[in-house]
Amino acid sequence: MSSPASTPSRRRGKRGRASNPSTPQDARSPPSQKRRTDDSTSTGELQPMPTSPPADLQSPVAPDALFSSPPQFRNSAIPLDFDISSPLTYGTPSSRVEGTPRSGVRGTPVRQRPDLGSARKARQVDLHSDGVAEDVATEQFGQKLVIWGTDVNVASCKEKFQRFLQRFIDPLAKEDEDIGLDLNEPRYMQRLEEINMVGEPFLNVNCDHLRSFDENLYRQLICYPQEVIPTFDMAANEIFFDRYPDSILEHQIQVRPYNALKTRNMRSLNPEDIDQLITISGMVIRSSQLIPEMQEAFFKCQVCSFSTRVEIDRGRIAEPSVCKSCNTTHSMALIHNRSLFSDKQLIKLQESPEDMPAGQTPHTVALFAHNDLVDKVQPGDRINVTGIYRAVPIRVNPRVSTVKSIYKTHIDVIHYRKTDSKRLHGVDEETERKMFTEERVEMLKELSKKQDIYERLSSALASSIYEHEDIKKGILLQLFGGSKKDFSQTGRGNFRAEINILLCGDPGTSKSQLLQYVYNLVPRGQYTSGRGSSAVGLTAYVMKDPETRQLVLQTGALVLSDNGICCIDEFDKMNESTRSVLHEVMEQQTLSIAKAGIICQLNARTSILAAANPIESQWNPKKTTIENIQLPHTLLSRFDLIFLMLDPRDEAYDRRLARHLVSLYYQTEEQMEEEYMDMAVLRDYIAYARSYVNPRLGEEASQALIEAYVDMRKVGSGRGMVSAYPRQLESLIRLAEAHAKVRFSGKVETMDVEEAKRLHREALKQSATDPRTGIVDISILTTGMSATARKRKEELAQALRKLIQTKGKAPTLKYQQLFDDIRAQSDTAITKEMFEEALRALADDDFLTVTGKTVRLL
Amino acid sequence: MPCVADWLNNPFSIVQGIFAQSDPNSDWEKKVTEYFKEKLKENNATNWVPSLNDVPVHYLKPNSLVKFRCMVQDMFDPEFYMGVYETVDPNTNARVLHFGKYRDVAECGPQQEIDLNSSQTVTSERQTFYCVPVPGESAWVKEISFLDCANALASQARVSPSTSYTPSRHKRSYEEDEDMDLHPSKQKEQHMGNRCYGGDIHGCVEPKRLETEASAGHHLVSPNCSPPLDLNFPLPGEKGPACLVKVYESWDSFKVNDVLEVFGILSVDPVLSIVNNEERDSSALDPMECMDTAEEQRVHSPPASLVPRIHVILAQKLQHINPLLPVCLNEEESKTFVSNFMSELSPVRAELLGFLTHALLGDSLAAEYLILHLISTVYARRDVLPLGKFTVNLSGCPRNSIFTEHIYHIIQQLVPASYRLQMTIENMNQSRFIPHKDYAANRLVSGVLQLASNTSLVVDETQLEQGQLDTTGVHNVTALGNLITWQKVDYDFNYHQMEFPCNINVLITSEGRSLLPSDCQVHLQPQLIPPNMEEYMSSLLTAVLPSVLNKFRIYLSLLRLLDYSISDEVTKAVEEDFVEMRKNDPESVTADDLHRTLLVARFLSLSAGQTTLSRERWLRAKQLEALRKARLQQHKCLNGNEL
Repeated sequence: MSSPASTPSRRRGKRGRASNPSTPQDARSPPSQKRRTDDSTSTGELQPMPTSPPADLQSPVAPDALFSSPPQFRNSAIPLDFDISSPLTYGTPSSRVEGTPRSGVRGTPVRQRPDLGSARKARQVDLHSDGVAEDVATEQFGQKLVIWGTDVNVASCKEKFQRFLQRFIDPLAKEDEDIGLDLNEPRYMQRLEEINMVGEPFLNVNCDHLRSFDENLYRQLICYPQEVIPTFDMAANEIFFDRYPDSILEHQIQVRPYNALKTRNMRSLNPEDIDQLITISGMVIRSSQLIPEMQEAFFKCQVCSFSTRVEIDRGRIAEPSVCKSCNTTHSMALIHNRSLFSDKQLIKLQESPEDMPAGQTPHTVALFAHNDLVDKVQPGDRINVTGIYRAVPIRVNPRVSTVKSIYKTHIDVIHYRKTDSKRLHGVDEETERKMFTEERVEMLKELSKKQDIYERLSSALASSIYEHEDIKKGILLQLFGGSKKDFSQTGRGNFRAEINILLCGDPGTSKSQLLQYVYNLVPRGQYTSGRGSSAVGLTAYVMKDPETRQLVLQTGALVLSDNGICCIDEFDKMNESTRSVLHEVMEQQTLSIAKAGIICQLNARTSILAAANPIESQWNPKKTTIENIQLPHTLLSRFDLIFLMLDPRDEAYDRRLARHLVSLYYQTEEQMEEEYMDMAVLRDYIAYARSYVNPRLGEEASQALIEAYVDMRKVGSGRGMVSAYPRQLESLIRLAEAHAKVRFSGKVETMDVEEAKRLHREALKQSATDPRTGIVDISILTTGMSATARKRKEELAQALRKLIQTKGKAPTLKYQQLFDDIRAQSDTAITKEMFEEALRALADDDFLTVTGKTVRLL
Repeated sequence: MPCVADWLNNPFSIVQGIFAQSDPNSDWEKKVTEYFKEKLKENNATNWVPSLNDVPVHYLKPNSLVKFRCMVQDMFDPEFYMGVYETVDPNTNARVLHFGKYRDVAECGPQQEIDLNSSQTVTSERQTFYCVPVPGESAWVKEISFLDCANALASQARVSPSTSYTPSRHKRSYEEDEDMDLHPSKQKEQHMGNRCYGGDIHGCVEPKRLETEASAGHHLVSPNCSPPLDLNFPLPGEKGPACLVKVYESWDSFKVNDVLEVFGILSVDPVLSIVNNEERDSSALDPMECMDTAEEQRVHSPPASLVPRIHVILAQKLQHINPLLPVCLNEEESKTFVSNFMSELSPVRAELLGFLTHALLGDSLAAEYLILHLISTVYARRDVLPLGKFTVNLSGCPRNSIFTEHIYHIIQQLVPASYRLQMTIENMNQSRFIPHKDYAANRLVSGVLQLASNTSLVVDETQLEQGQLDTTGVHNVTALGNLITWQKVDYDFNYHQMEFPCNINVLITSEGRSLLPSDCQVHLQPQLIPPNMEEYMSSLLTAVLPSVLNKFRIYLSLLRLLDYSISDEVTKAVEEDFVEMRKNDPESVTADDLHRTLLVARFLSLSAGQTTLSRERWLRAKQLEALRKARLQQHKCLNGNEL
């Protein structure tokens, strides 16, 4: 790099910045004067009065005192030597123009903004041909000066923006955003203070704020970013150095607007957006290596060592053929390490999958990132990009005038915003909020006021699957989820807000179909089959990137469905080690990984919707749930709801089912369409509720919950067993909260608790009924064995002990003999397993040992 | 040149004429489309337009009007082009307006320069589709549509043909057509030739066809050339031109895998190929050009001789690609065609049933189910559930015999598009079923399962041996299973997957029950075992008159497009029936059985040309199902139902 002192000052004038119309002391500014003469060589004397489109013609121009020139002229042939020597330009424009009392020597250099200027030529194009005529036309009107080709008046624009910075207080700001900001103070002044402290010279400005403050300024920013943003820079710097004159920054503050309200998806970009400020979202699919782009070439004469600098114009360097000082031809040589380069990176952005219409392939767009925005994003990141949309014609051949009739388009990036940053830090909901239009929200709210909204939604859910109302309701509540609670201060960490559901039942009862439906409904759903997935596929694995040879952590289904739902089919077919991974996920909602030198804990705040088939292919009603699906009870107890999907054998049901199915086969397309609409509404409804509604327990509801829990405990205590655990209470709370969310209610009421209780009971009735006694027994799920079964086991052990004791002193007994004896003695059938269990129980009591076929007393 | 043919041979002159007459800002574009729409409406005019499907590119006149029947394989990014631009002569300062629509290169005379800064310049947007010929298109579709075209041209002898190529080719192909019908063995040979799945394209070029060879000649790798461009056909061994189709209107309505017929201006400007090389050379100079990787450029702007461009004037989605049927069935004349055909439906059905019964070695039940399968189509989707798919698993096929192969050849003769997937371990492990996105080249690399709607996919499981599937193999089998169950394929976009619904008729031939899911398993019961299978099968095809064969083809394509309904009374009856069945045997009658019986009833009614379900058909459907199930019981196979 050449000395920083000289270059920035020269740059000053590059964009409209130096063409400060309010400059009262033109004489003090030799560079601008010099430039003016230079400019006139190219455009003639009319040049100082460039102006705007006809819209502004009424505003007259004051011909003499001020001028505002089209930005592009400033690029041509700037007298470098002169600039460098000028001490006056050696500072911020603000300091010079406003006469800020600060030492001229210790200024902050201006950093060029390639993000604004790299497509100068496209701009130049439009204005050049009709420019001359208009200049003349506007001369007579005078007074209000605007940048050529726009309706931007630099002075008023700057003033407005300064007012915005100084006064803007976000009325909508919420406490959870922007920690550390005083909401009643002007927001951006605090930001400037932050810049002063942190030393990062970038000011991010939310265009939404700007719009609410000054609609017109916002419009100008969107339409003429190339001119307006430098003006903003100027304004921000003036304020900043006014306030903090001694602040030392790497370079001057650059304003980075983001969240332009015309946020569009990539598909809707069209020729009208060229050269406008746009914000689009998408996913990075490829990023190039860093490209050093020459900004300015340094030439040195081989003969007399005279040096000169040449600015890059449209990607080319005009090599001076003659040395100005000694007049030798072809003596100038390029000195690479004294030339100036800036960083540049090409990034390919692809439409995010949610924005894509079905059946089409995603579009891509090229982004150019400059300077410190280089390497800010990685392939795979989802980002919102704010930048200027450019189109450049392609020349078939640089030496031939034929032009391919298409343009190449790209976006010069001004601001990135990662949309999935919430996976790394807290909750950033702003991006998701943008999803709904006001009418949509109105519509959803209207919908939520309906009395039967809960039933409505549950029937809209997977309407092709018949009945199973309670299961659908359960899944609906799962889709909404409970409220997030944070107890990390008291040491318990986050409470799980996600609801887990297990469906088990006969094959062919459309379990998979339900899973498929849910997977298709939620934006961040994953679908895996227990049979095909390994622990690695579910969690994360370390992979060597073929290009960079770096180790990369690739995430699996559970991590990918963070904040979504992970549907696992054939849960029972999953092998032991894979299932063990789920223990952590289902309660702690995290995934710990320690492999290949990477130790980390990933968030996996996912709800799990699993489906399992009974081990004997048909559900055996004589067995308990655990026996039927052979899953460890430690895992089962982590499911909030376990539903049985059985084939009911009942005539009325059959009849309704038949009618339902037949209707599928002759419904017209329109009726189908209606159904489809429902799915979209349902999706929005859920998304809205998930991001906006966060119900808290009301006083009454809390009481109701306590009662419900106590009741559940009481049921069991009568028979001397525990029938409910705190886990069940937590489930109840989650379900009640989810039900309140369905109503868009901020408070959990008794009715929510009632429904939660009902659903919970329903699920228990199905899955935790002891087939031998017919009693609902929660211990089937929590300990894997019903209380009666445990009792029976103990009784058998006692009976066996008695039997052995009656046998007298014999130290050893034959195993088979003993088995036959106890069977003969007992009036109920005793299986070999039961017998062995009883033996084991006695062995645990140190009463006997079993070795092979003999039983030895101790 | 006669004036009538101007719009065919030199469409630019027409466009220029319209453009010059009207104000550049006005609706000249609309006028152009309307003009061509009118022209193409004239009797048989669509047949005069040479088709890129039949005629090799180098026989077509550049900048003439062509048509192309194709499937959208990939969609590129929309591009901005100069809709209207101005050229200026530096000497005389004369300014001329030009239109950039339908062009790749902005045209300007030797003494002119394009004024990039002109205020008259209009920037417009267009979309590029990468199109390939319909994958698995049967030979008869190609032949017949080509014949139509050639006949039309012959009858319009006054019109000078736009290619010098047509007449000779016409004669030859006609011979060939006859040839095929007369000697099926020869045809078989040809199919054998096509069956090189290894991806060796040269092997598929038939030496006896000079023209074809020439057209396929660009596949040949010359030593000093960069590796040949992969034209990205979904099926291995396909040939025919891939094409970059530039769409100017309502491109949002087209989807990947749609079958289109486009009419447009052919652009094979050699400059486009030069552009290619030049750009690569000069990329070091111009920072704007290094935007794309070399690979991406190769794919997105391949040489025009290899991948011609078509600038679309008119495009329409095709409901079917059967050339024997009118293109659009809603028009007045096609309605008479349909009603005429419907009147003689039952003899056709009987004949077809007889034909298929012979083909299936005398098993009439299997033949009945095969008909139902061939006319099935996904007519709607309910949530995620596709309705109307009817995957048949034909079990009991003799192992290692050429039987399955012949079955495929017969199906190939009947349906417009088909593909035979041999389920060998090797094939499953090595081929790519699922299309995936190649981000380096920024394109969708095709896979076997990227097929157009209503393609018949015959999966031959009898080829499967014991062995180990690797990761690709497992993915492929899963994808195939998903395709059958949900009628969708999840395309692999590396960072995420995207679901593309499809509508593919899958027929699985297997020895026992297939490992893939299916809607209905039919166990084959051969009534006769011919001593020489080969001879038997070939004589079968010879025995059918071409005209009868054509009727079969119309039958199968037409019935698929009919509407269908069930009256309230029949609904009641079905309900009663179901309840009754459940009462008698709750174990074996499930909702799935009802689903299937309803499907069978639907297709049974349609196959007889009835658009509503009658009581008799319902009973017949039940009867068929009962027969089929009895047979399965007999073979002690497990019930074929699986969700």
